[in-house]
Amino acid sequence: MDLSLEDRQEGDRTIVVVGGEIDVYTAPKLREKLIDLVSAGHYHLVVDMEAVEFLDSTGLGVLVGGLKRVRAHEGSLRLVCTQERILKIFRITGLTKVFPIHATVAEAVAATETA
Amino acid sequence: MATVELLLSALPAHVRTARLVGVAAARRAGLADDLVDELRLAVGEACSRAVAVNAEHAPETPIKITVRDDPAGLTVEVTDAGPESGPLSDDVEDLFAEDAVDPRVALAVLAGLVDELDITSTEAGTTVTLRWPLPVRVS
Repeated sequence: MDLSLEDRQEGDRTIVVVGGEIDVYTAPKLREKLIDLVSAGHYHLVVDMEAVEFLDSTGLGVLVGGLKRVRAHEGSLRLVCTQERILKIFRITGLTKVFPIHATVAEAVAATETA
Repeated sequence: MATVELLLSALPAHVRTARLVGVAAARRAGLADDLVDELRLAVGEACSRAVAVNAEHAPETPIKITVRDDPAGLTVEVTDAGPESGPLSDDVEDLFAEDAVDPRVALAVLAGLVDELDITSTEAGTTVTLRWPLPVRVS
């Protein structure tokens, strides 16, 4: 399955719903999406990864790039993920310390509100 | 013993093909489901790295993937045409550059993911070898 990307607003938070496979081939599409959102002034992003079937280190790189972009505007990038096989690569690379990872979009939005 | 061998142009689009072939061969060989998930990620990392290495050092040279099963286990070899990557630095975020993740990250992921990992380099290139145990078959 290819990569699917949708976004919606919840207050001043932007939810990016990602589905399918994020790998060396599809990661550039996610990167462009994040760049477009930040360029349009969306600095508080919640990336919903519950429908992601595959994520590799190239995809991690794009997420780190997005985090650096929103940080430059004092924004935030939070992840929603409960899938063990996706979480595993965050743990292996030590990125669980870099990204706030939430179980639901509601939790991520609420956490952003108080940040 | 059964072998599957693939030659792929060093293009990102083909990495998915390598994952699909690796998973199909692993399932056929009887690899446990949780290890198939591990193999999918490991083959993806090894091939992403090989594609990046060849794109830099030998863009016309294909990467080679071999999947072999025998009573000792399942072996996947991914061979590129470049040198082995050096050691990792400590700053995790710096390794994830905007346009291309450092090829060493793939090796770090592989080291954390796969119990049996070998990396050998010759003048012709580098081979990453991954191994998984297969269930004992009753004949």
